[in-house]
Amino acid sequence: MSDQSAQRAWVATRKGLFELRRSAALWQVHRVSFLGEPVTMLLPPSPDQPQRMLAALNLGHFGVKLHASDDAGQSWHEVAAPTYPTQPEGAAGPAWKLVLVWSLESAGGVVWAGTNPGGLFKSSDFGASWQLVESLWHRPERLEWFGGGYDAPGIHSICAHPQRPDELLLGISCGGAWRSDDGGANWRLSAQGMRADFMPPEMADNQNIQDPHLIVRCAAQPDVLWCQHHGGIWRSVDDAASWHEVKAPLSSFGFAVAVHPQDGKTAWFVPAVKDETRVPVDGALVVNRTRDGGQSFETLRTGLPQASCYDLVYRHGLCVANDGQTLLMGSTTGHLWASADAGEQWQPVALNLPPIYALRMG
Amino acid sequence: MPRLHFTSQLQRFTTTPVVDTAALSLRQALEDAFAINPRLRGYVLDDQGHLRANVVVYINQQRLSDRAHLADALPPDSTVYVLQALSGG
Repeated sequence: MSDQSAQRAWVATRKGLFELRRSAALWQVHRVSFLGEPVTMLLPPSPDQPQRMLAALNLGHFGVKLHASDDAGQSWHEVAAPTYPTQPEGAAGPAWKLVLVWSLESAGGVVWAGTNPGGLFKSSDFGASWQLVESLWHRPERLEWFGGGYDAPGIHSICAHPQRPDELLLGISCGGAWRSDDGGANWRLSAQGMRADFMPPEMADNQNIQDPHLIVRCAAQPDVLWCQHHGGIWRSVDDAASWHEVKAPLSSFGFAVAVHPQDGKTAWFVPAVKDETRVPVDGALVVNRTRDGGQSFETLRTGLPQASCYDLVYRHGLCVANDGQTLLMGSTTGHLWASADAGEQWQPVALNLPPIYALRMG
Repeated sequence: MPRLHFTSQLQRFTTTPVVDTAALSLRQALEDAFAINPRLRGYVLDDQGHLRANVVVYINQQRLSDRAHLADALPPDSTVYVLQALSGG
């Protein structure tokens, strides 16, 4: 219980941001912010910035807004939202209009925002201003990307290297995985080994059209990355230079993945029926866990509904604390569960929340 | 003189002045409002300066026709309402 990241968590939902506090073994809702507004992503407090946060709102009528907190979520004020530059007349591809902030991460004093329609934005002043990373936006390959779950492509995963903050790996639906080693000045594809069975067979290995639903990096073993892909599960042990496929029981389809912060062989997944149906297999919600790098899996069910359950855990709906034991899982049906023992047993936290978009510890 | 009103729903997020303006076009009238409250711009217009997809404007009970350039003319003494469209949920 000494791990602070396991004592507080944030639930971004269709109807607001819920702060959770843990008391003894129980998680409880402590505060609600932005009630009624869709919150698509947030940047939780970190050891470097223990009071500062960002929250991305997606107002149905009035667009994407960004709010900052300087007191760990007690109060919020609006800051600049990422804004696309003027679109040249006749420019190909999706409109240069911000649709969604899908990912927020900080590394080395920089905050990165991944957006739909596919732009990466950088802020060096914690959200007071944003710059489009034009080196990626102007890559000709971007025009081959396409939407996965949305009309336009989007960046949902930003994996900074914990020792080399200039090294970034992005996950894009549908645009594969892209890597920069110089703080975003230059980019290269990094999805070798992934396979897209939703494409014509001749294009299945094309790195630029892969649909990684989520990519996560092991903090203590940063060469190890896991990817829950539209077509299954992939793992890399060489810092995304190559990926190899892993087969999980029940179904390898899903959206979410969490990796143990210290042990890159341990990861959790939430399988769903592939791929149009997207409900738990046989109406029973489970978590698949591997502790040997994907050679074998355990299917964990204790405490989760095992009949007539149709919850889907979306890509940002599963998270693990720094202790590697504390997990939270939230569904698009608004159900939230917690585990204190690495997924062996689950307890309901709240079963009537709005649809859950994202969970963050910290 | 045209008068510009914004939906009260916006007051949850920012201030919404009632603006009396000598503008001859909707675009100029909106610019007059944004000069009073610059934050209002991002709530009404998108990155490209177009009217947001789920915002609607009525000029003397007529829905505007030019969502990109906002070049609709404002007759003298017209009343303009900037509202949330029900398409936005």
